[in-house]
Amino acid sequence: MNYRGPFRVRADRNKPMPEILHPSDAIVRVTRSCICGSDLHLYHGLVPDTRVGMTFGHEFTGIVEEIGPNVQNLKVGDHVLVPFNIACGSCPFCKQELYGNCHESNPEATAVGGIFGYSHTAGGYDGGQAEYVRVPYADVGPVIIPKGMDLDDAVLLTDVTPTGYQAAEMGGIRKGDTVVVFGAGPVGIMAARCAWFFGAGRVIIIDHIEYRLEFAKTYSYCEAYNFKEMDDPVVFLKKATGGLGADVCIDAVGCDAAGNALQSLVGRKLPLTGGSATALHWAINSVKKGGIVSIVGVYGPLDTLVPIGNVVNKGLTIRANQASVKRLLPRLIDHVMAGRLNPKGLITHRIPLEEVAEGYHIFSAKRDNCIKPLLVPSSAQTA
Amino acid sequence: MSPEAAIENGAFDSDNDRNIAGRPKDIPGWGMDADPENNPTYPMKSYTGADHERLKYERPPQQPLTVEILHSIERPGPTRVFGTSTPPQGISGHVRRFAFRYSESTYAHWVPLVLADRIDVVQGIIDDLKRGHIPNIFAEKGWNAEWKYNRAGLIKKIAVSAVVVTAVVVLLSRKKRRGLA
Repeated sequence: MNYRGPFRVRADRNKPMPEILHPSDAIVRVTRSCICGSDLHLYHGLVPDTRVGMTFGHEFTGIVEEIGPNVQNLKVGDHVLVPFNIACGSCPFCKQELYGNCHESNPEATAVGGIFGYSHTAGGYDGGQAEYVRVPYADVGPVIIPKGMDLDDAVLLTDVTPTGYQAAEMGGIRKGDTVVVFGAGPVGIMAARCAWFFGAGRVIIIDHIEYRLEFAKTYSYCEAYNFKEMDDPVVFLKKATGGLGADVCIDAVGCDAAGNALQSLVGRKLPLTGGSATALHWAINSVKKGGIVSIVGVYGPLDTLVPIGNVVNKGLTIRANQASVKRLLPRLIDHVMAGRLNPKGLITHRIPLEEVAEGYHIFSAKRDNCIKPLLVPSSAQTA
Repeated sequence: MSPEAAIENGAFDSDNDRNIAGRPKDIPGWGMDADPENNPTYPMKSYTGADHERLKYERPPQQPLTVEILHSIERPGPTRVFGTSTPPQGISGHVRRFAFRYSESTYAHWVPLVLADRIDVVQGIIDDLKRGHIPNIFAEKGWNAEWKYNRAGLIKKIAVSAVVVTAVVVLLSRKKRRGLA
């Protein structure tokens, strides 16, 4: 996959094979990769320092083809799932299991750790929407796919499942809490599903795409409402919660949010801010006083328009981060293997890697009731 | 049922929807991961007590600097590993080098990077042409899928664009004629 500018990508057979560049590197032959909702922020040109020629893709599985001399935990032939975070495992942040905040994987920015295929603002690594990919710190991130696990489940454990799970975890949900999730994309749907693991009493999801709301109702066992049918989503949610507000609100949308003309203009069209913060705005105003707002939606590094005064006056706690995939994997693998969680149920489209441009368009324009597109390289069609 | 109708019909008036007694059998895994210790300071609870020694960690070996890497001025040098995809080049590269004179805390860093990204698009097309490759914009935008799933919308979009372009051309040519007269 080769990014050519906003809304333009193509399959490209002329990119060179990745090489071992560091003793802890591995080269992985990709067997599955996904297009993530956050890839759309890159695709829409909203993330600064997204250079033409890059390969996106931070959700992938693959077979280890080559390892550097320092790699001890993997061997050639291992089939691994690769967390989207590139983490050294030894810096103070990795030692705190903040694998999304590694200090030794991203020279271009200090606010975020390295991420596969996610612009130079996240380290300038080529990603997994390819046949082969270089995986730095191969002893730290990759996990051998457990026997019996479906590859489609495994690839969704690299980002969307842990991100949804961590969104719920950061909500500090207590048994019986009402949880509102903004955004019925794959992460929002997963966050709504995972909120039940923490004992939520009620889960509501808000979006404006009807087919996604219908999907979320079934997949996440939750109530689902279309904000376009409301005069004001905040008033609706106050009414729905006895006037107090939700205990926990989760922003699973990020910088591409619809629903407010001013936010869309300055955050998406121009863009003069770090993105359209409509979902975050609603989350802050819909949560109860003293409540928790959990943010996993991706925003750009510029300032964004949020009602910070209400955060202070309501005494809110804001919790946010890139998911620490490696930390969460043991628990999530257990949920999947026990049949409590069905990540592959999110996949609606299986697309050959060669048709990556169509895949991006279908996902971005929300055609054909797309929830989650999976890309399969020709070399892995039978895997 | 619409959201407002649900409220009017009293769907939210009772506490029944928050009755959690039936949840364990309704929803696989309900409450399994509830953690009374999960307080809002998490994940700082993994704090080791050795924060003052944070700079003493053993750093991995340095990846050789084989391409130009721009690094944030908020750190002393490049990280021990980094991506080598698409090093800065051409005019956009100059703009990116300028941007990296400023910290991540400033617009002088981010706005030039956005500008460089847009310049990069033009450079990309020029590079394609230099290699003898004419970019297929229709295919790169994934409009094959649009043709398949939203044919009427695509035709409408193309028709509207054609009308707008024609109108602009006609208007401009009229003005030009008047100017000459």
